[in-house]
Amino acid sequence: MGMTMTQKILAAHCGKDTLTAGDMIMANVDLVLGNDVTTPVAINEFNKSGCDCVFHKDKIAMVLDHFTPNKDIKSAEHSKQVREFAAEKEITNFFDVGEMGVEHALLPEKGLVVCGDLVIGADSHTCTYGALGAFSTGVGSTDMAAGMATGKVWLKVPSAIKFNLTGSLRKNVSGKDVILTIIGQIGVDGALYRSMEFTGDGVANLTIDDRLCICNMAIEAGAKNGIFPVDDVTLDYVKEHSTKTPVVYAADADAEYDQVIEIDLAKIEPVVAFPHLPENVKTFSEIGDIKIDQVVIGSCTNGRLSDFVAAAKIMEGKKIAKGIRVMIIPATQKIYMDCLKLGLIEQFIEAGCAVSTPTCGPCLGGHMGILAKGERCVATTNRNFVGRMGDPKSEVYLASPETAAACALTGKITSPDTI
Amino acid sequence: MSITGTVIKYQDNVDTDVIIPARYLNTADPKELAKHCMEDLDKDFVTKVKAGDIMVAGNNFGCGSSREHAPIAIKESGIACIIAKSFARIFYRNAINIGLPIIEVDTDIADGDEIEVDFAAGTIVNKTQNKSYEFKPFPPFLQNIISAGGLLNSLKEEGATNA
Ligand code: SF4
Repeated sequence: MGMTMTQKILAAHCGKDTLTAGDMIMANVDLVLGNDVTTPVAINEFNKSGCDCVFHKDKIAMVLDHFTPNKDIKSAEHSKQVREFAAEKEITNFFDVGEMGVEHALLPEKGLVVCGDLVIGADSHTCTYGALGAFSTGVGSTDMAAGMATGKVWLKVPSAIKFNLTGSLRKNVSGKDVILTIIGQIGVDGALYRSMEFTGDGVANLTIDDRLCICNMAIEAGAKNGIFPVDDVTLDYVKEHSTKTPVVYAADADAEYDQVIEIDLAKIEPVVAFPHLPENVKTFSEIGDIKIDQVVIGSCTNGRLSDFVAAAKIMEGKKIAKGIRVMIIPATQKIYMDCLKLGLIEQFIEAGCAVSTPTCGPCLGGHMGILAKGERCVATTNRNFVGRMGDPKSEVYLASPETAAACALTGKITSPDTI
Repeated sequence: MSITGTVIKYQDNVDTDVIIPARYLNTADPKELAKHCMEDLDKDFVTKVKAGDIMVAGNNFGCGSSREHAPIAIKESGIACIIAKSFARIFYRNAINIGLPIIEVDTDIADGDEIEVDFAAGTIVNKTQNKSYEFKPFPPFLQNIISAGGLLNSLKEEGATNA
């Protein structure tokens, strides 16, 4: 029996010729990632275990992105702990304020992940890198500590759902609408413990940013990982950003899937996920008049250059609605600079938006735009759980940058098609 | 090994943001975290939970972020074991890695029931309802991690770390 793309990458990382779903393996990792929330817990575990050196100083990445630039004394202590550990262990890929960006936007940009890699990260959205044909998955802090000490991770080999993509996206629709539509269809546990493998002719019509956004939210369907096949678009991206050598794996023709789901990209419409689960997805024909208080455009899901280009296009020459706040948060310094060069920052500020240095900030209710009781926010982020962006009685609506920009102009939940 | 405890019951899709809201993630101290455990879902949890209680829930328990602070907060609050129809995968591995036993089984256990869990035999006896349920015990690989008291201890025992 053949293997899925994910199973092939896992087999190559544990020295086996074949693997079957359900096998327990100890796999070698190419990169271990942590942030300012999860790394302190990992460092404590690492120290408690009596280890004194890390398995490989170039194969660990630490990004201070969640509560940074530090929002309070406690988070400053966390950043300090990570900074000191990174210095002591001579971690090559440590990113502090000034060079850091939201981790899952930063790592591909810095070329730290390439096709065929096995990446674990103490952050659930580590699944983002499947867009580059890598196996990447979120783990906890203890896994991060064990990964730093041994260069290994225990994994249960997943089965997979195959998503056969055909056609291409219409105007005002992007990767975010694709993944939200899929989660609306299969539910927040629709891919629990499994891989989401995207294939089909439609893949060629998706940009790397679309693919990163789609894989980013695989965890929102409960998946272990999301993964795209490697094509010229991937190889060009990797060549431009990395000096590492990509290794290309492809699913066997006779690979077994739990389920095959057909997705016609041309039929996907702009959608919004209503509170308080990413599966509460509605199209605009099902949405009435909903007033909002805030818009956030940013995060590891939609904080990339193409996201701001798309939002700026919708907002071009217009002002945001009176009475609402709009946060623009480029996910990395490079994205910020590129936005500057394209004149987008000026355009956003003239429209009435606030522009921030890279940070996770409001995405997890950290800082830079926390909601009061009863307030509503349309965000390009990935989670709309109770209390995610502030008060437990506030509401988060998930949407694409195009839709979020349309909402910013009207102060209501608005389809980009109507602008 | 077996344990007996009183059940505190929740529904489907209990996410890590309600188990421990991100606004408290600026600390990694288990005692501080436990003070806010379940706060956004059930603010009475911290006052009613007793050491040895058992948490029972529906599908997809622990969905959301990878924060190990979530199982840490639950463990520190005194919960001895979590039983759910299914767990989100990162929560599942975090609980095992910190040595908090969790069981995947579909039951009709209700809030307040007295239950006895036998981990090795894979049985749960519901003393209140006079019923019993069976579950698949952990595979040996995971059993080793739990009985060593967590992942790093088990790796150390195997000599896999440089400690
Ligand atoms: S942007 Fe949001 S989802 Fe992404 S890593 Fe930061 S907190 Fe997590």
